Amino acid sequence: MMEFDLFREYGPALLRGLSVTIFCWIVGTACAMALGFVLALVQRGVSARPVQWILRAYVEFIRGTPFLVQLFVLYYGAPMLGLRLDAMPAGLLGLTIYGSPYFAEIFRAGLNAVPVGQIEAARAMGFAPATILRRIMIPVMLVSALPALVNFSIILTKETVILSMITVPEIMFETQTMMAETFAFAESTLVLALFFWVFVETISRIGRRLERRATHYLLDRS
Amino acid sequence: MFSFQTIIDNLPVLAASARYTLLISGAGCFLGLIFGALICVAAVSRASAARAFAGVYVSFFRGVPLLIQLLLAFYLLPLVGVNVPALAAAIFTVGLCAAAYISEILRGALNAIPRGQAEAAMAVGLAPRDIWTRILLPQALKISMPALVNELILLVKASSLVTVVGIVEITRMSQAIASATYRPLEIYLTAAFLYLAINLVIAALGRNLERRLAW
Repeated sequence: MMEFDLFREYGPALLRGLSVTIFCWIVGTACAMALGFVLALVQRGVSARPVQWILRAYVEFIRGTPFLVQLFVLYYGAPMLGLRLDAMPAGLLGLTIYGSPYFAEIFRAGLNAVPVGQIEAARAMGFAPATILRRIMIPVMLVSALPALVNFSIILTKETVILSMITVPEIMFETQTMMAETFAFAESTLVLALFFWVFVETISRIGRRLERRATHYLLDRS
Repeated sequence: MFSFQTIIDNLPVLAASARYTLLISGAGCFLGLIFGALICVAAVSRASAARAFAGVYVSFFRGVPLLIQLLLAFYLLPLVGVNVPALAAAIFTVGLCAAAYISEILRGALNAIPRGQAEAAMAVGLAPRDIWTRILLPQALKISMPALVNELILLVKASSLVTVVGIVEITRMSQAIASATYRPLEIYLTAAFLYLAINLVIAALGRNLERRLAW
């Protein structure tokens, strides 16, 4: 029957897996956000047709294909083009690419919501474009974009388990190793499911709280 | 070198495996609609037990990654004496997971229906069941059509995860072909474009349907 003692024995490995999961999530989300922001700026600032087409094709392709297949292309396919990545960098790059169009969309909507009058006023007062972006557009944009940013970051926690399919040693991978060695399939999966349930619930609670606090602060200032 | 010949040779087999992708996402979406409507009714019901159940259900299926849900169904069901084929288990799991998201979509759409309609229906003596099946749910379905089409696209992509329980849909088939031909780049890219094609077709059909459903 169920043998939960295993978790004492495999505890260290699982904890290591958990730290890899959290690492991948934080780094992957941060990079995806950064790339998404750049994409949003390019989409807004560069009006050259070819650039817009390439951007459009990139967004359609990434949003229209499964994350798992993207990872396979990166990890197993890219070496044929001379891009040989270890599992972890491939996973992080995969998360970055996969998340970027969604973040770009969120940033685009947020930037569009910045009142044009504020930008024009800043320009009239002689602010440099970079200053307008940093001091006016980004703070105002964050107020409207924050809920969506938090929401998508939480969705990305669940995507990190897919990294186990390209042998990134995160928690799912460690659990599968444990299952293969002990045949405790059902209880391991059950514990993993419960763990993720609590993990994601906790993160979304914290996220919602942070979001409220941050928007209050920004709203007060603007 | 990039080998187009590999793609041409393997495209028919890969495209044929798309029927499992379509079956799992389509049947999953259909089950999701049925369960989702039930969960939605529970979520707005007056009975607090039903509301609590809906809350826990939605929180569980949205909190646990689908990959883990699939393994759970695969390993846990036989343990409690339920022996179903992997395909049925996969469709069922995808359906249960989709139900959590669809119930939230429908709940959002319900808010857009004027309260007076349900009250009027109650006033003329319709049973609660008729109010739901004849007045509220049909309109909620229509209002939420764009979100539901989007959900179907998400399911097509999510169906790639049933690879872990051994169903030979597009992703699993491309794995097999990639390891047989040593051409992972060409094969996985082909698989990616197959998914893209399916999703573009669904999106186009969805837009068409929306236009037809417009008031």
